[in-house]
Amino acid sequence: MSKAVKLALMLTAIATVAGCQTAPQPLYQWESYQPQVYEYFKGEPKEAQVEALERDLQKINASGRKAPPGYHAHLGMLYLSMGKDDQMVQEFRTEKALFPESAAYMDFLLKNAKTGVATK
Amino acid sequence: MSLLKLTGALLALALLGGCAAPKTIDYTAYKQARPKSILVLPPINESPEVQASYSMVSQVTYPLAEAGYYVLPIALVDETFRQNGLTTANDIQGVPPAKLHDIFGADAALYITVSEYGTQYMLISSNTAVTASAKLVDLRTGTTLWTGSARASSEEGNNNNGGGLVGMLITAAVKQVINSSTDAAHPIAGITSARLLSAGQRTGLLYGPRNPKYGTD
Repeated sequence: MSKAVKLALMLTAIATVAGCQTAPQPLYQWESYQPQVYEYFKGEPKEAQVEALERDLQKINASGRKAPPGYHAHLGMLYLSMGKDDQMVQEFRTEKALFPESAAYMDFLLKNAKTGVATK
Repeated sequence: MSLLKLTGALLALALLGGCAAPKTIDYTAYKQARPKSILVLPPINESPEVQASYSMVSQVTYPLAEAGYYVLPIALVDETFRQNGLTTANDIQGVPPAKLHDIFGADAALYITVSEYGTQYMLISSNTAVTASAKLVDLRTGTTLWTGSARASSEEGNNNNGGGLVGMLITAAVKQVINSSTDAAHPIAGITSARLLSAGQRTGLLYGPRNPKYGTD
C-alpha cells in the first residue's frame, strides 16, 4: 500500500469520526421557555411566568440569537390573560414576523382578540 | 492528482456518512409532503398519573424545533381548544385534520400517546420510566407520514446503550434544558421526548426546513 493511499484512508477514518462528533449549535436560545410552558399548565402564578420570560427575552436579545418558536406567542397569551392587550398584539405580531409559518394562527388569534372571544 | 480526488471524495463521503444513520422505514409520503410546521395535539394519557400529558407536551417543542420545524405554541393551542369546548385529548385527537388545518394553518399534526409515566417502587430500588408513541399526520390529506415510539428510564444509569452517540448527545442536551423539578418523571419525559422526536436518527423524523441539514436525510 502506497503512502498516499494510507494517508487517504487515515484522513477518511478521522473524518468519519469527526463527522459524527461535531455537536451542532442549537438553532435557538431556549432559556426557560419549556419549563414556563409546564408552569402554565400546572396553574402557577402568571405574574412570575411573565417575569421569567421577559427576563429571559432580554438575555436572548443581548446574545443576538433567536427565541424558539412559540416563545413570543406564549408571552402574548400571558399578557392577554393579565389584560395587557396592547402587549399581546405586539407579541403575536413578533411571532408572525419571526416565523411566517405561524401567520394563519396568529391572524386567527388577533381577529378573535378584537371581537373579544380570544383565549381567556 | 487522481489520488487527491479519491481522498477528497472519500472525505466528503465520510463527512456526510459519518453520522447519517441509514433509514429503514418508508419515507416516501413524508418526503412528498415536506411539512414546515407542526401542530402538537394534547397527548392521550394511558398512565395513572394525571400530569403525564402536560409534562410530556411541554417538552416536545425542543426536539421538533431543533429538527427544523415551526412548532405552534403549545399552551396557546391548548387554550384555543378549550375556548372551543374541547377539553379532553381524546376529543381533540378526534377532530378532522382538515378542520385543524383551517384553524391553525399547520402543515402537519403530531398525535402523541403516553403509555407509561411514573415511578415503580421496588424492594431495594425505584425505577422512573416514561414511554410514548407518536404519529405525524399531514393535515391537508390526512395521510400518516411517520410513526415512532421511545422509552427512557432512570435505571439506564450511565450505560447509555439506547441511542449510541446521538442518544448521549441528546440526553446531555436535554439535561441542560430541564430545570429542577419535584416531579421525578418530568426530566425522564424530556429524554423520552428527545429520543422520540429528534431528527437524524435511524427511524426518526426527517430534518425540517429550518435546519441546515434539511433535505440531506
